[in-house]
Amino acid sequence: MKVTFPYMSNSHIAITNILEGLGNEVIPPPKPSKLTLSYGTKYAPEFACVPFKITLGTYIETLEMGADTIVSTGGVGPCRAGLYTTLQEKILRNIGYEFEMITFEPPSRYLKDIIRNFKKLVNKKVSLVEIIKLIWFAWEQLTLLDEVELESFKIRPCEVKRGETTRAYRKIVDIIAQAKNRDDLKEARKLADKIYSSVDRYEDVDPLKIALLGEIYVVMEPTANLEIEETLGELGAYVERTMFFTDYTINNAITDLFHLKGDRDAKKAAVPYFNEMCGGHGRESVGNTILYAEKGFDGVIQVAPFTCIPEIVAKSILPTVAEEYGIGFLSISIDEQTGKAGIQTRLEAFVDLLARKRKKKREEKIA
Amino acid sequence: MKVGIPRTLSYYTYYPMWKTFFEKLGVEVIISDPTSKQILDDGMREAVADACVPIKLYHGHVINLINKVDYIFIPRMVSVGREDTFCPKFLGLPDMITCSLENLPNLITTRIDLKKGKLELLKVFYSVGSIFTKNILQIIKAARASMISLKEYNKGFLEGGIPPLNLKRDDIKGDITLAVLGYPYMLYDPYLSLDLIKKLLSFGVSVVTPEMLSKSQKARQAPKLKKTLFWHYSNNVMRTVHHFFENGGIDGIIHVTAFSCGPDFIVDKLIELESRERNIPFLTITFDEHTGEEGLRTRLEAFVDMLRLRRTAI
Repeated sequence: MKVTFPYMSNSHIAITNILEGLGNEVIPPPKPSKLTLSYGTKYAPEFACVPFKITLGTYIETLEMGADTIVSTGGVGPCRAGLYTTLQEKILRNIGYEFEMITFEPPSRYLKDIIRNFKKLVNKKVSLVEIIKLIWFAWEQLTLLDEVELESFKIRPCEVKRGETTRAYRKIVDIIAQAKNRDDLKEARKLADKIYSSVDRYEDVDPLKIALLGEIYVVMEPTANLEIEETLGELGAYVERTMFFTDYTINNAITDLFHLKGDRDAKKAAVPYFNEMCGGHGRESVGNTILYAEKGFDGVIQVAPFTCIPEIVAKSILPTVAEEYGIGFLSISIDEQTGKAGIQTRLEAFVDLLARKRKKKREEKIA
Repeated sequence: MKVGIPRTLSYYTYYPMWKTFFEKLGVEVIISDPTSKQILDDGMREAVADACVPIKLYHGHVINLINKVDYIFIPRMVSVGREDTFCPKFLGLPDMITCSLENLPNLITTRIDLKKGKLELLKVFYSVGSIFTKNILQIIKAARASMISLKEYNKGFLEGGIPPLNLKRDDIKGDITLAVLGYPYMLYDPYLSLDLIKKLLSFGVSVVTPEMLSKSQKARQAPKLKKTLFWHYSNNVMRTVHHFFENGGIDGIIHVTAFSCGPDFIVDKLIELESRERNIPFLTITFDEHTGEEGLRTRLEAFVDMLRLRRTAI
């Protein structure tokens, strides 16, 4: 059995470790590229959202490399992502590929299915303790990856030499990816501090603060959003992202298992404007805009795939919210045609605008 | 007291019910004008650019009602059954309207969620009715009358007619039968769909739509899909397709959809792949704000000609 799975941010490092530890031959998905997207665009329906096209493209690439089992996640809707695998399986079979699709659905409704699916992926004699250890290690690895990514957001706007933080960050990710046990992780943590501290920075910078929110895949996967975080950081802005892989898992899969509601604050904050769960992260986008405005952020950027339903609903509400709370708002919709230079221009204009707004506010305060 | 109902989206499925209900409570019902260029333009101007045409149109119809009525009825359609919900845009509709439009009169945005059972419907009737009267008996009477008129309306469909287009069973006949699939607010709005159904009839083609199948006929097809779709109208369409795949009786399928419709990217591709497997001719017609009438006529004519040729060839 040769197993593969969709690519999202750094999660592939930990997922590969878990699958290998369970005795599978893993074909790790390659980082999404132009080629990935063009495969996806060729076979996906026209109005499919970008995450659908990228994951479909990734499957084609990995199936070509010899994978015969695809592991992915489902959902309960009404966001379309929950039906991705249903359609992708049909499309791939129609092209002529032979494979098995294993879809993990949310635990509260489908616990039995999850256990059955998980058993399919255990292909060597491992004890339950070993499995728990394996998952625990993967979790620690992911937490560390999220941590160093967060630190890179803080360092980037202060860097002296443009691009140095990104290079340092990539180096650190490689080190963490190679970790095999907890001691390695501790070592990696120390190395990360050392590498980051060697990045030259300006001392007295008070960067603009911008929050990135919207649809989870394009927010979290830098190749899907054309490296918005990096671009903004290099324009001198501090970027905060509303979701990280570990947070997301806690807020969704784990709370779902115990029937708790995740991400309560954002949902509560959204209520006066957006009083209904409508799938995806539409409501969280509205709620987080309010929370970030209250935290004193200068602006929010909503990134969403073209035709994403929940984010369209959010987009029609966000301008009102942003105006009432006095926070800058930019919405970027992404499809296979989006070019990096176009986004760069819009981001530059947005950052300039926020800087002027901030300056004006401060002058008013002094006067 | 006047209540306005926008003439689009759930209007085509439920309006006789709400009309009767309000009228029995002694409230005058004003339905927005039939879709026109003005209404569509108003909607396009105010609604968020990424939205699909029906949502933009809804904004236009609401604008059409401003200054004519005391209340506008914009129910939050969440679900009418246990297994699925409406499209997320329906779910967020009242919020979208309040944030995008100004000078709105009072809105009635009752949440309609019948997941827990039919009893919830009584609560919905009560919460809407109690805005106008304190008399519970009157509300119950009005609710009962409204259910009867909805049944009457649906009967028109089940008998093979299309009530919103004033078509009776006898008006719909031809040598070729096409399954015209899509959501009610696309199919039955003559302006938005550029009179697609009447055009087909004028070519001598008979049509069947998802509403013409009974609930139980559709429910029987539910297990055909590995995972039930999340959206109510999409399930209706999908199950209608499966019904005709199983029972035959159609020469081809036309899927009518709106540009950038969220759920339809899945529905459309599924129908396309499955009808290809069964060798049934399939055509997708996508409508947006700019679809031209002649382009549509040419495509339909070509499709129908092809079907007739195919029949003589076989």
